[in-house]
Amino acid sequence: MSRIKEAFQNHKAFIPFITCGDPDLETTRKIVKEMVKNGADLIELGIPFSDPTAEGPVIMDADNRALSAGTTTDDILAMAKELRSEIQVPMVFMTYANVVYSYGMEKFLSKAKEAEMDGLILPDVPFEEKEEFDEMCGKYGIDLISMIAPTSKDRIKMIAREAKGFIYIVSSLGVTGVRSSITTDIGSIVKMIKEVTDVPCAVGFGISTPEQAKKMAALSDGAIVGSAIVRMIGEKKTDAPEAVGLYVKEMAEAVHQ
Amino acid sequence: MTKGRFGVHGGQYIPETLMNAVIELEEAYNMYKDDPAFNAELTELFNEYANRPSRLYYAQRMSEDLGGAKIYLKREDLNHTGAHKINNVLGQALLAKKMGKTRLIAETGAGQHGVATATAAALFGMECVVFMGKEDMERQALNVYKMRLLGADVIPVTTGTATLKDAVSQAMREWTSRIEDTHYCLGSVMGPHPFPTIVRDFQAVISKEIKTQMMEKEGKLPDAVIACVGGGSNAIGTFYHFIHDDVRLIGCEAAGRGIDTKETAATINTGRLGIFHGMKSYFCQDEYGQIAPVYSISAGLDYPGIGPEHAYLHDIGRAEYVGITDEEAVKAFEYLSKTEGIIPAIESAHAIAYAAMIAPTMRKDQIIVVTVSGRGDKDCAAIARYRGEDLYE
Repeated sequence: MSRIKEAFQNHKAFIPFITCGDPDLETTRKIVKEMVKNGADLIELGIPFSDPTAEGPVIMDADNRALSAGTTTDDILAMAKELRSEIQVPMVFMTYANVVYSYGMEKFLSKAKEAEMDGLILPDVPFEEKEEFDEMCGKYGIDLISMIAPTSKDRIKMIAREAKGFIYIVSSLGVTGVRSSITTDIGSIVKMIKEVTDVPCAVGFGISTPEQAKKMAALSDGAIVGSAIVRMIGEKKTDAPEAVGLYVKEMAEAVHQ
Repeated sequence: MTKGRFGVHGGQYIPETLMNAVIELEEAYNMYKDDPAFNAELTELFNEYANRPSRLYYAQRMSEDLGGAKIYLKREDLNHTGAHKINNVLGQALLAKKMGKTRLIAETGAGQHGVATATAAALFGMECVVFMGKEDMERQALNVYKMRLLGADVIPVTTGTATLKDAVSQAMREWTSRIEDTHYCLGSVMGPHPFPTIVRDFQAVISKEIKTQMMEKEGKLPDAVIACVGGGSNAIGTFYHFIHDDVRLIGCEAAGRGIDTKETAATINTGRLGIFHGMKSYFCQDEYGQIAPVYSISAGLDYPGIGPEHAYLHDIGRAEYVGITDEEAVKAFEYLSKTEGIIPAIESAHAIAYAAMIAPTMRKDQIIVVTVSGRGDKDCAAIARYRGEDLYE
């Protein structure tokens, strides 16, 4: 069984996202370990991009801070490899097509495999464009994660049928960032997904409170939280690991219930 | 290969949230592009509202002064709103109206596309929001005022380099948050399919007219056509109907302070293959694929990518792309003003500059057509500053 599948095995999964290199990679490493210790089931490691078109201001700013601090894809691949010797939970990279494409798709994926990464999320590679990336991901045993949005409608089953690892359900229109409420009918999207695949699905975009996470996880197989954590890191900087750990504990407990 | 490809370039690299929107747009476009009623309505708008066909003017004094090829100027600067941008905007706004959209959003660099979009929105009674880099709002204050006068909301973009690339990113973000009633009126032959094709088709009126006008005036095709290239919409419009003819196609990129410096926006000359803003094409980027902060005196050419069809025309050797520096463009801006009494947009001055370089090397029976993509009023204050004169708008 793949590590990703295992993460959804016993209970709903809590999936935190952080931007690597914000404020520095040593802090990123500490935060990941704290998150795992406090109940994170799967980790999304963001590789910063100069122009992240699917992100709201919180993650955009984090990407800028990480890049300004000199973080590179090479540094992140090396950190991931180091982390893998310390933690067992599945880890996926999340970045933009150009970061992988420009680095060299095969070079990137072979190094990701060395770090025993489990998946890759590229929000600017939709179903129609995935083949080129998917082939190479397949060669290195890394799942290219599919996304489904509130606007996907007749595309939901088409995407779900070919999904690998887990399905990332985008909860709301717009970019990443904290929202006071989520109005999309997640339940009916999940129902359509479940009709065609047993690949687990988790909901992300806009989730920040334990109540929201619990509700979204109840409707699906897990909850993804990014901006709320990234904002905390932006505020607390190198002191963030402890605070993020406490937050993750509360969120993971809500999701696991 | 997936949809909307020009060789390896193009495609649809956008978030899933936008996929149904671009599919809907493609379907609508396919339905209307050959529809006689739609085209009659668009032609009426082009002719009666936008002042088409634009003149093909023989620049006699410039030609004689340079002493080589005859130079004709395609006067897109005489269009309503002062640039070629109106061609694409009227087409897209009409299409959006047919699709039942009531709100237009757009990015703008120099402000010409923003002004054109605000104009069409006013004409069609649509809501309009324009995203513009804060840096560009300062460089092009007059256009910001015009857009607001026309009823548009102009939203300053402060992220990244606060220029055109960031305005495109922000417009894409806005589109993902509001799709139902909103059409993203993209201003150049870039972005995800079907935009590069739609924008090209609406701008192709430029080369269609040049061809007819040239046959009337000279009885033959030109030897070369020249246009400036940022994303590349006036250039592809200028090239399109000559692609299968024996005519040199020359695109002038903004070299900024030189293609051997970091302060440049010459994508073909300095960029490499990548994926950004919905398309695979050439981009100015670092070794890790981070998009480079490009530079040009011209806000309209200050973009780190180029439309996928240009990337393809470059790959197959059909079109040439040359870099023109700030200094060369400013000299051409001044030269055309003094020689022909025509103040070109600083963007268009890049094309004028190259025409002035090659005309003397050509025979007197040869012909060059240069597209003057826009008028230069908007640039006067900035050029004055470039020359050390403090002029405020």
